[in-house]
Amino acid sequence: MTDIFSLRDDSPVTETPVSIEEFLGGNATAVRIEVGEDARQLLPYLDRIALVEISFPAFTDGRGYSAARVLREADYTGELRAQGDVLLDQIRYMHRCGFDSFAPEKPLEADQVDAVLKRFDAVYQSTVDGQNPVWALRHGG
Amino acid sequence: MYKYDQYDQSIVDARVAEFRDQVERRLAGEITEDQFKPLRLQNGLYLQLHAYMLRVAIPYGTLNSKQMKMLAHIARKYDRDYGHFTTRQNIQYNWIQLDQTPDLLEELASVEMHAIQTSGNCIRNISSDQYAGAAADEVTDPRPWAELLRQWSTFHPEFAHLPRKFKFAVIASEEDRAAMRLHDIGIQLVRNDAGELGARFFVGGGMGRTPMIGPMVRDFVPADDLISYAEACLRVYNRYGRRDNKYKARIKILVHELGKDEYTRQVEEEFKHIKTLNLDPPKAELERITTFFQDPDYDLSASDDLDLSDPDFAIWVDQNVKTHKQSGYAIANISLKPIGGIPGDATSVQIDVMADLAKEYSFDELRVTHAQNIVLPHVKKSDLYTLWQKLDEAELATPNLDLISDMIACPGLDYCSLANARSIPVAQKIATRFADVGKQKELGELKLKISGCINACGHHHAGHIGILGVDRKGVENYQLSLGGSGAEDVSLAKITGPGFDEDGIVDAVEKATNVYLEQREGDERFVDTYRRVGMAPFKEALYD
Repeated sequence: MTDIFSLRDDSPVTETPVSIEEFLGGNATAVRIEVGEDARQLLPYLDRIALVEISFPAFTDGRGYSAARVLREADYTGELRAQGDVLLDQIRYMHRCGFDSFAPEKPLEADQVDAVLKRFDAVYQSTVDGQNPVWALRHGG
Repeated sequence: MYKYDQYDQSIVDARVAEFRDQVERRLAGEITEDQFKPLRLQNGLYLQLHAYMLRVAIPYGTLNSKQMKMLAHIARKYDRDYGHFTTRQNIQYNWIQLDQTPDLLEELASVEMHAIQTSGNCIRNISSDQYAGAAADEVTDPRPWAELLRQWSTFHPEFAHLPRKFKFAVIASEEDRAAMRLHDIGIQLVRNDAGELGARFFVGGGMGRTPMIGPMVRDFVPADDLISYAEACLRVYNRYGRRDNKYKARIKILVHELGKDEYTRQVEEEFKHIKTLNLDPPKAELERITTFFQDPDYDLSASDDLDLSDPDFAIWVDQNVKTHKQSGYAIANISLKPIGGIPGDATSVQIDVMADLAKEYSFDELRVTHAQNIVLPHVKKSDLYTLWQKLDEAELATPNLDLISDMIACPGLDYCSLANARSIPVAQKIATRFADVGKQKELGELKLKISGCINACGHHHAGHIGILGVDRKGVENYQLSLGGSGAEDVSLAKITGPGFDEDGIVDAVEKATNVYLEQREGDERFVDTYRRVGMAPFKEALYD
């Protein structure tokens, strides 16, 4: 199994995530979203989910970013894992969209991830990562 | 003009450091070219036929003389002493060394400039009306709205890996000088019945191999909802835009395949949700940005009189100078289309001259136009003659704005790795054929646009006369089309028939203009005559 790189305080979920179809028909607590699948199908069940794994078959396929935000915007607080072609230079975007764990095909170096996440002090958008955008800072937010 | 605060500056500075790190890792072989490609592309760095090409962002085409001077400096220090102004109101350099790009970007950052998202499958430089803030017909200056969108779209984490590139244009007048409806999202600012400003959203326009005119999806988005609404438009696209075929991946295909009504329904539903997330900056932010775009300190007693006794000056004024909203002032267009030159190119000396003239005569402001020209937006009429003389000395006073030799042309096969045919020599030959300015003025407004491949960077679909270069069994062949427009009378050009060789296309253009001269009525433009008489008489002249 690939190493899990986690930014969470708790340990990564070890259960193998099941497909959405299997998840909807059973009582699994870990589920995997393939590209093109609608993350909103999971919204009624967020309470019982410990892990959502979102697949990135190619880092250029950005659908997983929207899927992640959709879940976080619905107040999903469990582990949100990016799996697949997960590269250092996309980690910051992923993190800002709500991912907090990563299962990259090639391992990530902790110090490099740390540097990437710290690179930008300021951001222009309000997303699900809770960071105050510069417009809020400018206007006393 | 907008000025960076500490946050804007820190973001651009951090980007330089990040790219420096990425280039170092690439040069050290830690990342592959495939992995590096989207990183460099999101920083405007392409690998072309002969070298790296760097595209520098000029947000909504506005810059000051210090920034313009920096562009000249970069041309001298990092390139071959010239730059190419583009249809996205940017500038690109054709001969860049990869290992020097971090230093180059650092120099740009020192004058509040960058190359962020000037390429790649992300939200590109926001374009706008080159006469913004100076035009008499605008309901407001569109640039504060464009700046708000620029900030929102910069490093937007959800939309950094879209199915395909994404282009916005923002205008604020009925006359469309920015080809607004040929953008992925075109925004026209309007006032509602209550007198409030809002954005009319057109989504799914574009050129490329499947040109489409963007339909309106919402007639009024209030300022308070601008970002949320844009976010909803993009999210629907990011989730459902096609990724199986690069040529069907633009939002225009999604809007077309879903139908405007269904796309709109999905956007409105998404918007309803997104609006609850408090993503929109407060009104105070738009107000803060707007303070940077106040009118300059006009001389309110400036005279409207203009001495036109010098006939050459009179010709230039008649063609290149446009009405300003402030009496005593004018908008001066600098053509980068000298007869026989490369459309949009300027030498470092010329860029410096334009910078100096902007400082002296135009309140330190310049604009780049999507037609690849430069504008000095606020020139006192009493300074126009001196300005013209100085432009003339620098070979920048070609009086051909909107005439047949004021062509849009892509770099074509001389530079571009995607091109099938050369554009530049065709542009040069046509301009030379119509070199006589009297002949050009006789033809009146005639927008000729040339693309060297089906990707349509030269906007040939929107040309009154469009030319598309294709490769036919290893030989360059040029297809002629007629009747397009990127303006408020937006339309897509139709192909006349079989293509021509390089000299044949020049003859064909001349034949088409002859048909116009024979058939026109009253003060019809070329495109008006074409629309009235249709394709038949043109075909007859071209293929008999």
